[in-house]
Amino acid sequence: MRVNQVEVPRDENGSSILDLARADIAESSTKTRNCAACPGSGSGSMEFQSPYPDQVLENVLENVLHFLTARRDRNAASLVCKSWYRAEALTRSELFIGNCYAVSPRRATSRFTRVRSVAIKGKPRFADFDLMPINWGALFSPWVAAMAKAYPWLEKVYLKRMTVTDEDLVLLSESFPCFKELVLVCCDGFGTSGLAAVAGRCRQLRVLDLVESEVDDDDVEWLSYFPESQTHLESLVFDCLQFAVNFDALEKLVARSPSLKKLRLNGSVTTPQLYRLITQAPQLTHLGTGSFGALEAVAAGDQEPDYASAFAACKSLVCLSGFREIFPDYLPAIYPVCTSLTSLNFSYANINAEHLKSVICLCHKLQTLWVLDSICDEGLQAVAATCKDLRELRVFPENPNEDVEGPVSEVGLQAISEGCNKLQSILYFCQRMTNAAVVAMSKNCPDLVVFRLCIIGRYRPDAVTGEPMDEGFGAIVMNCKKLTRLAVSGLLTDRAFSYIGKYGKLVRTLSVAFAGDTDMGLKYVLEGCHNLQKLEIRDSPFGNEALHSGLHHYYNMRFVWMSSCKLTRHACQEVARALPHLVVEVIRSQGERNDDSVEILYMYRSLDGPRSDAPQFVTIMQ
Amino acid sequence: MNGRSRNEEAFPQLLDLIPKDREWHENRAHKFSEERKLELRLGPPGEEEDDVVRGRKESLLSLGYFSASVNGGHTQKPVSPPWASSSKTQNINQQKGVSVSSSFLQPQPSPPANTAVPNSSQKRTAPGPVVGWPPIRSFRKNLASSSTSKVVSQHESQNHQQRVVVEDKVAGKKPVADNNNNVAVGGNKSLFVKINMDGVPIGRKVDLNAYYSYEKLSSAVEELFRDLLAAQRDSCGGGIQNKQEVEKAFIGLLDGSGEYTLVYEDNEGDRMLVGDVPWHMFVSTVKRLRVLKSSELPAFTRGGCKQDKITT
Repeated sequence: MRVNQVEVPRDENGSSILDLARADIAESSTKTRNCAACPGSGSGSMEFQSPYPDQVLENVLENVLHFLTARRDRNAASLVCKSWYRAEALTRSELFIGNCYAVSPRRATSRFTRVRSVAIKGKPRFADFDLMPINWGALFSPWVAAMAKAYPWLEKVYLKRMTVTDEDLVLLSESFPCFKELVLVCCDGFGTSGLAAVAGRCRQLRVLDLVESEVDDDDVEWLSYFPESQTHLESLVFDCLQFAVNFDALEKLVARSPSLKKLRLNGSVTTPQLYRLITQAPQLTHLGTGSFGALEAVAAGDQEPDYASAFAACKSLVCLSGFREIFPDYLPAIYPVCTSLTSLNFSYANINAEHLKSVICLCHKLQTLWVLDSICDEGLQAVAATCKDLRELRVFPENPNEDVEGPVSEVGLQAISEGCNKLQSILYFCQRMTNAAVVAMSKNCPDLVVFRLCIIGRYRPDAVTGEPMDEGFGAIVMNCKKLTRLAVSGLLTDRAFSYIGKYGKLVRTLSVAFAGDTDMGLKYVLEGCHNLQKLEIRDSPFGNEALHSGLHHYYNMRFVWMSSCKLTRHACQEVARALPHLVVEVIRSQGERNDDSVEILYMYRSLDGPRSDAPQFVTIMQ
Repeated sequence: MNGRSRNEEAFPQLLDLIPKDREWHENRAHKFSEERKLELRLGPPGEEEDDVVRGRKESLLSLGYFSASVNGGHTQKPVSPPWASSSKTQNINQQKGVSVSSSFLQPQPSPPANTAVPNSSQKRTAPGPVVGWPPIRSFRKNLASSSTSKVVSQHESQNHQQRVVVEDKVAGKKPVADNNNNVAVGGNKSLFVKINMDGVPIGRKVDLNAYYSYEKLSSAVEELFRDLLAAQRDSCGGGIQNKQEVEKAFIGLLDGSGEYTLVYEDNEGDRMLVGDVPWHMFVSTVKRLRVLKSSELPAFTRGGCKQDKITT
């Protein structure tokens, strides 16, 4: 119950701020306050039967806090005092759980009782690259079970790297009558049965986005389950589905979804089918084109649909993706929309420089570009020449093997740095790189927030000088004052890490692979990077002493991942004992190991201790 | 059931590339660790702790050893990480000014590790694929193997009225599918195919490369579906009797004498009885498995002749 008594000053007339507040409150919306939490306010009507002074203040506070949306601000507000803590808890409507094991569902739902939107992240990112054994965890089930009871008004669920079952989706569809948005990123464990449940039961559904998720084909035609009447759909994304969908059902669905703005089709949708869809939905702003390939059956002389006109009719299109099986001759069809595009994803299209140039020369407004390195340095030069507003660039490798000569190099990176000065985020895969080009980028692109360079050949030095890549990355952390995310590669000594520790003061996420010489490397980072929250390291020679040097900081971090380093179980146990709120998981991925070595260390802070669903290959050190 | 084979034709690569377990790493690792003991090494003696790391590297690199195409089998010598050998500066000097040379690019069938190979080329001869490297997700791989002018087979629209019972919350979890496909080209990998059973709404996946005979496959199928089938029958009432019935249900999967029969769809979309052709031939052509009620199958003629596409 209430402990603090607030002294309320009164003016000459005896009225206090409370009286004024009372008037305000009587007028203000009672939407966010339900009766259970306001013992003094009756049944939500305008009468206030002499409430405690604090109660009124709390009501005021709740109304004010309602406007606070950024979670960092809310976290800060909740620390002011108990009354603010309570008020903030009652008014938080968007709940973000960065690590599903950092807090139990019960604790989260007990504290925050009026949540409308939930975001939960599960597995660490290295799980995407098969470094984490399957069935490790990150199950959605306990969360959906808890929320089904606690949040009847839940509207949005966003999950990343979680395992979601069909049963979970069924429960979701049954428990939340106001449900509007489901976004599953890098998730797995469910199939078309679960999707059918969501499609069929969530009558208010506006967003159904499946992004890079593994979806099983249970032979259920989920698209047919949407209600027969007009839908509220605004976004339908399923480009990651690796099996066919019922096109007839899809076409009818699009026809009865007048609010549809985002549609991303999977590779099973052919180009003629795409044509039919976009002619029915010219209001689209975001389009994933599906295969964009050529049908063998189309003989010369057959009348092909006028793809260019169909695209031209989509006057609001700003984001284009797909091109899963691209037939380059179809590229001219998208010319009409290029001038308004702000985002273009060609990362599945193995087109060459000429193809790219024909498109990119029109894309003056482009801010986000994802491509395959098949466009070569020449293609990147064309990008640099036209896309002056570019903020984000990702260059993926067409051929990810180590012993090939890559089509992009330091030449492309240099060109981009010179042409695209507003660049904020870059992910660049290549087979060769030089310090000079990286240094150039650090100077030409001062707004860089994310710098991820992946030289595919491990331990590759500067291709021209033969030096380690230390200086290049050093320049990045030194010159890019806004940098928060960094991924390093190539031949790197401890010196690179000394730079990172010294200058990377804002770095929150650091990704290291096959780099460094000694424990000092990791020590520099742990001692210097005060804002470090996510650290993922693989195959680097960092050992127990380095691990120990981070004890002062681990509680401030979301997680630490170290695999194939030089750690021993004993050292991990020492960390676990020194930091009781840290869950220290030692994970074996290759069968029995009798020695003290640690294959994978994954550790994270948690309010609720070790999880109870750890599989056999996970040992939680204690 | 329905004829979904056409669709699978368009994406045979994608469907096959599914998840693999990590168990096979273990097999390779054991084999290689014994060979490793006999090898000459270039690092100074007594670096025991590095063996752990190197051992791991070598076991991973053994993937390349068995890889047929890309590296041409020249992967015996692992990339020695800089901290393992004491001559790192030597490495850098040797690499200075040397651009990506042709010898480095062409796969060479070089002799095993016993020859004294200087550290620089040791580092450069890229070994076989390493797990999770480069860090790209599995569905971004295999783009190089697709041809430039893509052909997508015709898709007929399929109007299925089938409403699979979604209300049933069947006990028993689906195996968590993960999307790894970490062997670039060549080498043994898992071969996951989908398998559905009549009367059971939730399908499963089975790794055919984990079995070497039809008998093993048959018992695996029983393991997969036993509980699900029991749960299905429980929901219709029956209790204890069901368990015995269910166990009986899986007898005779392969010879057509039992309550259910195992069939498969091959790469031409035809439905075949499992067991007719040699195992390796089966594995190379199978696209999908089904466990069908024997009573609903038309009389198959045995002896490996193909049937027309059957719609159930």
